[in-house]
Amino acid sequence: MSNPSLDDAPNLERPVSSTFPTSASPVDHLADGARASSNLPPAKRPRTGAGTDRLFGMAAKGAALLTLAMLIGILGSLVVGAWPAISKYGLGFLTSSVWDPVKDEYGGLVMIYGTLATSFIALVIAVPVSFGIALFLTELSPAWLKRPLGTAIELLAAVPSIVYGMWGLLVFGPILSTYVQQPLQRLLDGVPFLGSLVTGPPVGIGILSAGIILAIMIIPFIASVMRDVFEVTPPLLKESAYGLGSTTWEVVSKVVLPYTKAGVVGGIMLGLGRALGETMAVTFVIGNTNQLNSLSVFEAANSITSALANEFAEAGAGLHQAALMYLGLVLFFITFVVLSLSKLLLQRMKKSEGTKS
Amino acid sequence: MTTAEKLLAAQTLNATRAARFASRKRVNQIALALSLAAMAFGVFWLVWILWETLRQGIGGLALATFTEMTPPPNEEGGIANALFGSLVMVAMATFVGTPIGIMAGIYLAEYNPKGWLSSVTRFVNDILLSAPSIVIGLFVYAVVVAYFKTFSGLAGALALALIVIPVVIRTTENMLQLVPPGLREAAYALGTPKWKVIMSITLRAARAGVVTGILLAVARIAGETAPLLFTALNNQFWTADLSQPMASLPVTIFKFAMSPYENWQKLAWAGVFLITVAVLGLNILARVLTRSKH
Amino acid sequence: MKTTVKFAAASFVAAAFAHVPAFAQDVTGAGASFPAPLYSKWASDYNKATGTKVNYQSVGSGAGLKQIEAKTVDFGASDAPLKDEELAAKGLMQFPTVIGGVIPVVNIQGIKPGDLKLSGQVLGDIYLGKITKWNDPAIKALNGSLELPDATIAPVRRADGSGTSFLFTNYLSKVNTEWKSKVGEGTAVNWPVGTGGKGNEGVAAFVKQLPNSIGYVEYAYVKQNKMTFAQMQNAAGTFVSPEDTAFKAAAGAAQWDKSFYQVLTNQSDKGAWPITGATFILMQKVQDKPANAASVLKFFEWAYKSGDKTADDLDYVPMPDSVKAIIAKSWGEIKDTSGKVVAVK
Repeated sequence: MSNPSLDDAPNLERPVSSTFPTSASPVDHLADGARASSNLPPAKRPRTGAGTDRLFGMAAKGAALLTLAMLIGILGSLVVGAWPAISKYGLGFLTSSVWDPVKDEYGGLVMIYGTLATSFIALVIAVPVSFGIALFLTELSPAWLKRPLGTAIELLAAVPSIVYGMWGLLVFGPILSTYVQQPLQRLLDGVPFLGSLVTGPPVGIGILSAGIILAIMIIPFIASVMRDVFEVTPPLLKESAYGLGSTTWEVVSKVVLPYTKAGVVGGIMLGLGRALGETMAVTFVIGNTNQLNSLSVFEAANSITSALANEFAEAGAGLHQAALMYLGLVLFFITFVVLSLSKLLLQRMKKSEGTKS
Repeated sequence: MTTAEKLLAAQTLNATRAARFASRKRVNQIALALSLAAMAFGVFWLVWILWETLRQGIGGLALATFTEMTPPPNEEGGIANALFGSLVMVAMATFVGTPIGIMAGIYLAEYNPKGWLSSVTRFVNDILLSAPSIVIGLFVYAVVVAYFKTFSGLAGALALALIVIPVVIRTTENMLQLVPPGLREAAYALGTPKWKVIMSITLRAARAGVVTGILLAVARIAGETAPLLFTALNNQFWTADLSQPMASLPVTIFKFAMSPYENWQKLAWAGVFLITVAVLGLNILARVLTRSKH
Repeated sequence: MKTTVKFAAASFVAAAFAHVPAFAQDVTGAGASFPAPLYSKWASDYNKATGTKVNYQSVGSGAGLKQIEAKTVDFGASDAPLKDEELAAKGLMQFPTVIGGVIPVVNIQGIKPGDLKLSGQVLGDIYLGKITKWNDPAIKALNGSLELPDATIAPVRRADGSGTSFLFTNYLSKVNTEWKSKVGEGTAVNWPVGTGGKGNEGVAAFVKQLPNSIGYVEYAYVKQNKMTFAQMQNAAGTFVSPEDTAFKAAAGAAQWDKSFYQVLTNQSDKGAWPITGATFILMQKVQDKPANAASVLKFFEWAYKSGDKTADDLDYVPMPDSVKAIIAKSWGEIKDTSGKVVAVK
């Protein structure tokens, strides 16, 4: 007896529910039709939205290419604008401190020094303070304080920099002048090396003021990153150290810091990048002087961003404007180097993150 | 060794051990005290700045601040035109920058994430993210203002858009990467075309995060001054015309704060307070959105 | 929701570009901070009277010149007049609006306005960095019994390109030979010392804040901020206080019918203020936007007719009627690209 094919099976033999009217026949038109015509597979339906897909993909790719174009455009316009100065001075621009619009002689040393000096002072102050904050948040703070304080620090990173500048000029400057600069000058008057670091009118304007304002500005950035990397230290490492009888400080300095050092340095570089490119917080209090008369940190000076903000609107198309564009290019390059280093270090940190034991 | 000598040796050992432990304890206490002091120092300045902003800002607020235009020196007035200008330019920058940023972020996350274009774009994006904003202002001046021969709110909005784009790209890409691949696979298995998968499934799943990114970008450009200095200039009057110079809150604050006039300085504090409140509000909103998602 | 957003966005953009046609074109000007208190008051009053908005931005004379050359503004303003050859080369024309004075201001405890006396030589030496303390014998010699503290002088000058600086340095070059050879005159010079403030506003703000500082600002800023001004010894040897009679005395020697290029520093009149100068408006001779130019001229026509009292209140010296007539005639130089004179009568 041949195997009864499904086609021959009487409908009644197919399992039906008890409530199914026995007289009814199952509706199976497709099967009937298919059996009726041929045994070919159903016709292939065209893929919906193929055109839209391609368009969408092109739009996405276009947007990515636009980003590339933006950077090339910015760099390009900077180089084109700076070309008269580049071709005239070459790299000597970076070491000349003459900035004379009357004689049309320009050199970027004063601004570059101002930018680097203020950022350096900012780092010197901000790194220990941020470290203290991160340490407090991860090891010392009671649980109820951790979240609000941490959120508060992160929110402070969002405060616009013009607030810092304004506060620095109107509130902090006079206080710095009366309580820090004047006493320091009286104290160090005549001392050979230190004395020369504090000459100049003690009016709360200058490299020191700008450095301090910048420090306060970048503390939230560095503190957040430090706190984040401290928190991902495997608890097992810390517990092992505690188990051996280490004090909290020993755990932090000998276990946590070495483990997170790439991330910590990356965070510091991030803060540095921010400080280097800051305009508003600096231009209020740096004094806008294009001379480097002494190494004193009380002297007014200039930074690249502040010089651009002050002089660009009036720099006639010519060597003055080209010199300013050249300064902008130098700043772009400095922030690029710092940014690349920080990315490299943070990347290394992320790679070792996964190695939790 | 006799028992007496052994006892002496054990006692000296204990003594040194105790001494060493005492010194370690002391070092620990000093270090922790120093870090506490450092933290108090840092938090003190930040709290002081916020307190001053609050105190002076609220003192300078009045109904007139929101309804009157920027006055000549020593006259009463407000910052209504600056508020409006900032609103318009920020809104325009967001409208222009967000779609481009999202599309580029989609490209980086969905289309060939390991290809050369994606890697280069990611790198370029990071550079743009931390480019000094004044340089972006210079670029827009050279390309738009000098070419059209007029300062304009449009140029200002464009400069702000160029700052929005990298932020949105970064957050969109990160958020899209967090969407579980199973979600996408399921959609593809049902025969959904790629663009529909991205728009209706992936993007929708990452919606909260992407919106957060946009909010953060808005918060960032709300406080930017430098890019507006050479593009939108400033305007004493109210204007809704984007092809003319436009007042903006940060530039007005900059101008008023650096001036000797008391009424201008009061308005500057009020403006600073408003910006800080707006930016903090946006950041808190962004946080709430991400938290509610998880 | 989606459609509402789209609709809102569309109407938003439309509104942003909607340009309610004013009776006269809204215009933009930029430049000197020297006359900025006056121009912004004039603009505010003109707006109340006619509804036209004249948006003047105080960015410094140097920026004003650059922007009008680049045609990004409708008029520029500068206190440093251009010589006739320079005007011709740049295709610009200039005309004076008011005369004012540049005043040295100080912030020394115990010194009241008008107490301190200075000469051009001493002022130059302070800004050269040669005199560093307030109780320097050179300053004491001019001031008899005045109590001067043993404090470092904090000089403040302009960080941006400034016509006020031009007038100041022009004067110093005339009266201090070392200044002339070392620094010279100009809107932006290589300042030997000094903190830089942005605009007259910035200098005034710094002097108000920084103890033992000295700066130079236009007289309106002195008045509006109740600053401590110093008396200056003029070319005739008299010590004069700044006020509009002193500026008028200095302006008397100007020959406006010959050329608008007049520099009024160190005039020989007995009552003349030594650092006086006029402030100028710069416009393109050939106008791409004739409607804007016509609107600018209408504004200044109104200012010359009805703005004198405002100028007086701020101690600027308005131009005499004869000079106003010469200025009105000079507006015939401004033509559109087809050669038609822009000014409407």
